[in-house]
Amino acid sequence: MAELNSPGSMHQEKLAGRTQQIFFSAVESDRLAPPHAIDVDFDKCCEIDAENLRAREVNSKIAELMREGYGTITVLNPGAKHSLGVGILNRLNLNFEGSLGYFGCGLSDGPNIRVAGRVGWSCAENMMSGTIVIEKNAGSTFGAAIRGGDLVCKGDVGSRTGIDMKGGTIIVGGRTGAFSGFMMQRGRMIVLGDAGPNLGDSMYDGLIYVGGEIAGLGVDAIDAEMTDLECSWIERKLAMYGLEAPNGVANMRKIESGKQLWNYDSLEPTEKKLVL
Amino acid sequence: MCGIAGLIHRGKQADIGGELLLMLQALKHRGPDSTGLAVYGSTDDVDATEFVMRYKVAEGAELASGFRIYDQIKERHEAVHSRLSESGAKISWEEEATKYAFRNRFNFDGDMRRLANYLEDIEGVEILSIGKSLELVKDLGDAQTVGDQYGLGNFRGTHAIGHTRMATESDVDIRSAHPYWAYPFLDVSVVHNGQLTNYWNSRRALERRGHRFMSNCDSELIAVYLADSMDRGEDLEESMHRSLSELDGVFTYVVASQNELGMAKDYMAAKPMVLYESDDFVALASEEVAIRSVFPHEIDTTDPYEGEVRVWRS
Repeated sequence: MAELNSPGSMHQEKLAGRTQQIFFSAVESDRLAPPHAIDVDFDKCCEIDAENLRAREVNSKIAELMREGYGTITVLNPGAKHSLGVGILNRLNLNFEGSLGYFGCGLSDGPNIRVAGRVGWSCAENMMSGTIVIEKNAGSTFGAAIRGGDLVCKGDVGSRTGIDMKGGTIIVGGRTGAFSGFMMQRGRMIVLGDAGPNLGDSMYDGLIYVGGEIAGLGVDAIDAEMTDLECSWIERKLAMYGLEAPNGVANMRKIESGKQLWNYDSLEPTEKKLVL
Repeated sequence: MCGIAGLIHRGKQADIGGELLLMLQALKHRGPDSTGLAVYGSTDDVDATEFVMRYKVAEGAELASGFRIYDQIKERHEAVHSRLSESGAKISWEEEATKYAFRNRFNFDGDMRRLANYLEDIEGVEILSIGKSLELVKDLGDAQTVGDQYGLGNFRGTHAIGHTRMATESDVDIRSAHPYWAYPFLDVSVVHNGQLTNYWNSRRALERRGHRFMSNCDSELIAVYLADSMDRGEDLEESMHRSLSELDGVFTYVVASQNELGMAKDYMAAKPMVLYESDDFVALASEEVAIRSVFPHEIDTTDPYEGEVRVWRS
C-alpha cells in the first residue's frame, strides 16, 4: 500500500480504505517475456491434420512443434473439437482451418491465432495477451474473464460475451446476445451490430461501445459521452482487423457503469458496531 | 447437462435413423445415461385410420430384479391386445423390439385419448408414442447401444429428434428418458436440455385440466404443456412462443410434429444450441461436433438467440 501513495505511482484506482486488492508493480510489467518463453521462428511453418487426433494430442503436438522452433502452425480439419489450442504461453502464429468446439484457444498468453470457421462456447477464456481472430460466428461466453489482448469475432456471437472481463479488448463484427458484459470489471468491448437485452448488467467498470441497436441496458449500466480520443482509438483498432462501424464510430453508443452498486468501502452493520 | 439434436430433410426422405444416431453418439459426453430418438417415417402407404404405436410393458432394469417379471410381461402384453380389440382397434402387425418394448400398427377410428388411457391403465404399460409417422424409442445406454438394440440404423423418413441424457433431477430409467410424446396428440414429441423451476406448480395446473404424467422428469411437462396448448386450438409455433413466458428456468427444447421441426430457447439463453441451415436440410444440436458428424466438411453454423422460436416444415 505504501506504493499507492508514493510519488510517480502509476495507479489510478481510487480504491483505498479496506480494499484487499494487491496492486501490480510497474517493474513486473517491464519483463516482456516470461522466463520459460521459447524462441520461435515465424518463418518456420508446418501443418497438423487434426482429423484423427484427439484434442490432447493436437495440443501436445503444437507444444512439441513450438519447442522445435516452429513459429507458424496451421491446424487442418479441427472438426469443431473441444479444447483445441489451449494454454499457449508463447509467441506463435496459429491458424485453424475450420471450426472449433467449446473452450477453443483458452488460457492463452501471447499467440496470434486465426480461426477460419466458427467457435463454440467459451472461446479464449481467461486470455492474457496476444490476438485471436474468428472469421465466422462464435457461441456464448465469448472472451469470458479475459485480462488482455485483442479478441475479435467477425460474425455474430451468442450471449454473455465478455462476462467478467478484466481487461483487453473484445471486438464483435456482428450482433451479440443477452447479458453481454455481465459483471465486467475492466477492458473494452466494441460491438458493431446490435446488442441483446441486459447489456452491461452489473458491470463494475470498463466500457462497451455499440454500433447497432441495444435491446436493453442491464442494472447500473448507463449511457456515456464519446470522446475524440476514444473515436480515434476505436477507428485504429477496427482498421487493424479490417472492420468498419456501419454508421461511423462517432455515432456509436458508449455504455459504462453507473457505479451505483459500488459499496466497497462502506462497513457492514456488524463492523459499524465495532468501530463505534 | 444433456445433449439434444434434431434434423429435417425438406422435400425428400433419407436415412434419418443412421444420421441421428451419429449425431447423438457425438454428444455422448453430454450424458451417457440414456438415449432416445423420435423418428418420423413415411406416411405414403398409411391410410386414414391406420396408426403406428410404440409401447413398453416394463422397465428394462426390472428384467433382472422383478418378481415373476417374464410372466407379468406376458400378461400385460396380452392385456394390451385384448383392450385394443375391445376398443375396436385392429392390429395389422406387431413386432417385439426388446423383451419389454413393442411396436405395432393398428386401425382405429375412435377417441384416441380414451384408448390411450385405457391401455395405460394396465400396470407397467406406458405408451411411448402413437402417430401416423412418429416412432419413439428410448432406452438406457449410448446411441450405439440403443440404435443396435432397436435396429434404427437405417430408418428412412423426413425428420427426427433425439436426446442423450445426464440424469439430474429424476431417475435413470426409461420412463424418465427423453424424448416425450405429447400425450395424447398424434405425432408430437419433445426433447429438452435444461431445468424448469416452476415444474410442480405447472404440473398441478395441468393435472387439474386432466393431463397425465408418467414420470417426475421436468421435460415431460413441456410435452404435456404443448399438448394442452394445442388442445385449446393454438398451433405449434404459437404454443412455443407462449411457453417462453409461462415456463420458468433455463431451457432449450426441440419439438417435432408430423411435418414440422421446431426449437425454442429461453430468455436467459443459458443452454446451448447450434444451427445449420441449407435449402434442403436443417440440423440442430447442442454442439457443433454433432452436426459435423453428419457433415464432415466445413459448414456455416449459428447460435440462436435468447427467446428465439424457430419452426421448419418438411
